[in-house]
Parts: sequence; structure tokens; C-alpha cells
Amino acid sequence: MKKLINDPHDAVRDSLAGLAAAHPAILKVCFDPVYVMRADAPIQGKVAVISGGGSGHEPMHGGFVGRGMLDAACPGQVFTSPTPDQMEAATCAVNGGAGVLHIVKNYTGDIMNFEMAAELCQSRGIEVRSVVVNDDVAVEDSLYTAGRRGVGTTVLAEKICGAAAARGYDLERVAALGRRVVANGRSMGLALSPCTVPAAGKPGFVLGDDEIEMGIGIHGEPGRKRMPLLPARELVAQMAEAILADLPFREGDRVIAMVNGMGGTPLMELYLVYGELDRLLNARHITPTRSLVGNYITSLEMAGCSITLLKTDDELLSLWDDPVLTPALRWGI
Amino acid sequence: MGDLNVAVTREGVLRWLAVLAQVFAGNREQLTDLDRAIGDADHGINMERGFSAVQAELAANPPADIRAIFQSVAATLIRSVGGAAGPLYGTFFLRAAAACAGKTALGAADVVALFQAGIGGVQQRGKAEPGDKTMLDALLPALDAMRAAEQGGSDIAGILDRGAAAAEAGMLATIPMQARKGRASYLGERSIGHQDPGATSSCLLLQAAARTWRL
Repeated sequence: MKKLINDPHDAVRDSLAGLAAAHPAILKVCFDPVYVMRADAPIQGKVAVISGGGSGHEPMHGGFVGRGMLDAACPGQVFTSPTPDQMEAATCAVNGGAGVLHIVKNYTGDIMNFEMAAELCQSRGIEVRSVVVNDDVAVEDSLYTAGRRGVGTTVLAEKICGAAAARGYDLERVAALGRRVVANGRSMGLALSPCTVPAAGKPGFVLGDDEIEMGIGIHGEPGRKRMPLLPARELVAQMAEAILADLPFREGDRVIAMVNGMGGTPLMELYLVYGELDRLLNARHITPTRSLVGNYITSLEMAGCSITLLKTDDELLSLWDDPVLTPALRWGI
Repeated sequence: MGDLNVAVTREGVLRWLAVLAQVFAGNREQLTDLDRAIGDADHGINMERGFSAVQAELAANPPADIRAIFQSVAATLIRSVGGAAGPLYGTFFLRAAAACAGKTALGAADVVALFQAGIGGVQQRGKAEPGDKTMLDALLPALDAMRAAEQGGSDIAGILDRGAAAAEAGMLATIPMQARKGRASYLGERSIGHQDPGATSSCLLLQAAARTWRL
């Protein structure tokens, strides 16, 4: 294992200290319990939007804390859910009296810890609503699984809900909007190489030189199938077809298209992937009205990418275009 | 001290928790290996961390009564374990605390009530059903066996022996099951043939009570 760390057990904490040092005007980090919050929170009268999850997916979620997006983020250990005391403390710290929205990715541990946190907050008299993101088409959604994983759509939900809260939408409206984003967003990813959790010291799976893992999640776990590496055009087509057929997206739809890097893939390749995706969508008469290309929801140093498509309307697009000022996303300011 | 023969006291509860810390330290590798096969290879590490944190907290802030002990255990597990096991075992002890409200010692019916409340909490929190390959596949048969033993007039040791035996049978019965909850469910058929780590830690919990509460 070759990583820029001091001690594997301090990696998350040390990284958060760096985040705080790099962006003091935007956010601050509390360490007992651990959470990241907007420097100017709480904002009186505004719905607060909070997310959280295991670390190792940076910039998600701490890098999305700031004006127009998240009020707080709760990082767990690498790939491990944060604990309810973190969410409770963060919720209390950023509550501006208009209630708090929790954006939760659909993993068993995350769901249960956020559920307990919501109960603790309600018992303190803070109104909490939750939106669960479950957009990964690689997982079959049935009674016989924990359901689909929450992946790329989380980024879009955090941006759009954050914008709505900044506009003064009330808690029910922000939550309903979050659910609308989840209902209309779908994702799929692939890995060219695995990743190594610092405390584990070895990779979660092994791939041959000419092999890829299709349908991965974001925790270094194996995906839907292992297959030979193909030209990017064919891999993009496989991912996009699975996504398009699932919602389904139809001719005339307008979408926000995100090509996300898993952490170890250069932008040159991500833009190449976006170009293929753009061509495919236009050929289907689906319009990518907005795009986002870069590393937003990663799996440590894994090489690979994911594609997320969100079917939009005027309201969602307008909220997407609203100003945002966070370490990882900023425009309009 | 004749009533020690019929009731679990505050000290008895503390002894159970001390034994649990040893048990989870001793089974750390086994639980982690089981979790590596179908999960994310941290269940033993998390349980050891949680129950050793419980010992530290109980020593630093000794709670006054049985209910307060279980409340302290719940808060510590929820804060220190993480993943799914933290909320599940935390909820177990939270509900156990409520079931012990106002009691200075637990008789046979109280012990069964404690487990009934705790296991009900696990079921509610995790929303699993019997056969999903989870903790409940050890806990629910144990509860049935303990209820039957109590209704049949068994003493605490007899009740817990029956409970522990049923938990062990339930734990072994998870091996051929296909997981339908938790991270193991993403594996589909590949989860068959592995013993569930959560059912295993739940079985250890029951066995420790049966070993400790021999009055």
C-alpha cells in the first residue's frame, strides 16, 4: 500500500483537518463528534440540508458543504457509516428553526444510523425529514436485496435541495424535491482497478490487466460482472443503455448528465467518456442540457467512472443553475 | 443473600457485560473472517471496539441501577460501533433498559421480558424477517425457547440454557440461507454456504448470559 498518509487510523481526521485549513471562509470542522459545517451556519429561517456517509468518496460529502448546497456533512470511517451522535450534533448545530433535511444513501448501516439520529433530533423538538437515494441500476431492486445503492444522483440531489433551501422553500417542499430528483435519476459505474482501504492495507478485489468490473458500487466491492476491457465507446454504450432502459428515458427528455471519476482516472479519459455519452444521447434525441465532468463521488484511488442521468424540468434546471459556493462545486457567485 | 438464587442483580448485569467484552475480544478474528466472506470484514473489529468502550464508560461513570446500565451500554454502542451493528445492538440495549425500569433485580419473567423487548427492538430497527440470514435468525428462536421455558416453570439458568441452545441452532441454520438483508444481499446466491456474522455475535451474547447468570 502506497498512500500519502501518516497513520492509517488517522487518515480521515487528518484529511478533514486539511479541508478545514484549505477553506476557512466556507466551512469549519468539529471533531468531537466529527462533522463538517458551513462557516456561517445556522442560517435563521432556512431549511438546513445535511448528508453523511463513509469517508473515501471525497469530495462527497464534506466538499459539498457551503452556500447553496449542504449545511453540514457527517463523515464516517472509510466506507463505514457515521454514527447517530454525529448526525444529531450536526443537525442541532445547523438547525435554523425551519427544520432539517437528511439526504441518505441507501446502505443498511447508513439507513439505520440516520434513522436513529432522526429520532434523537425529533425528541429534541427539531423537525427532520429524510430522502433516501437509491439510483444504482446495477443492483436488482427486489424484496430479496437491501435495495439499490445510492450513488451519483446523491450529488445532484444535494445541489438541487441545497438551492431550494436557499430560496426559502419549506421543509416539506425541499424533501419532496429531493424525492423527485431520486425518482428521476439513475446511475451505473465501472472499475478498471480496485482500491485499498487504508486500515485494511489490501485491495477489495483483484483485476487482471485486460479485465474490468462492470456495475460497481462505491465501496471497492465487486460489481455485477467481470468482463474484458473494450473500447470506451462500447463501455459507455453498455452503461448508458442500462440507465436509459431503466427509468426509462424517452425521446425529447432533457437531462443533466454527469460523468464521474472514481478517483484514479484522469480528466482526459472522463471527457472522452463524456463525448461518447453526448453523442449517444443526441442520437436518441435526448438532450444533455447540463453536464458535470470530474471526480465527485469517488472510491479512494479506484480507476473507472460512473454515469448519472437526471431527467429534468424547468424547476430542476433553474435550481441546478442557482449559485453555489463549496470547495468542490462553485458557480454563479 | 438468598435472593441471588432467584434474581439477577445490578452486579450480575455488570458481570455479563464484562464477560461480553472478553467474548468479543476472543472472537474478533472469527467474526471478522465470517464478515469478510459475505460483508465488509469489520464485524469482529466493531464488536470488540464497542464492548471494550462499554467497559471503559461503565468504569468511568458507574450507573446507579440496571436500567441506567443498559442505557449507558446503548449510548456507547451506538456511538462507537458504526455500520449496521451499532444501531441494532444499541437498540437492543435501549429497549432492554426500558423493560428494566424500576427494577433492582430481575426474576425469571423479567429476564424473558428484557430479551423480548431487546429482540423486538432489533426486529423493528432492521426490518428483517426470519430466514433473511441476519441476527434475528439466532435471536427469534432463542426468544421462543426462553418463553416456553419460562412458561414451563424453569429457573433463570434453565431459561437461558434453552435460549442459548436455540440461538446456536439458529446461527448454524443461517449457513444454507441466501441473504436478503444488508450488504450480503448484494451477493445473491453467493451468500449461500456462509454462516452469518450477525447471527454469530447474537449467539455469543446469549451464551454469555447463560454462562454468567447461573445463580
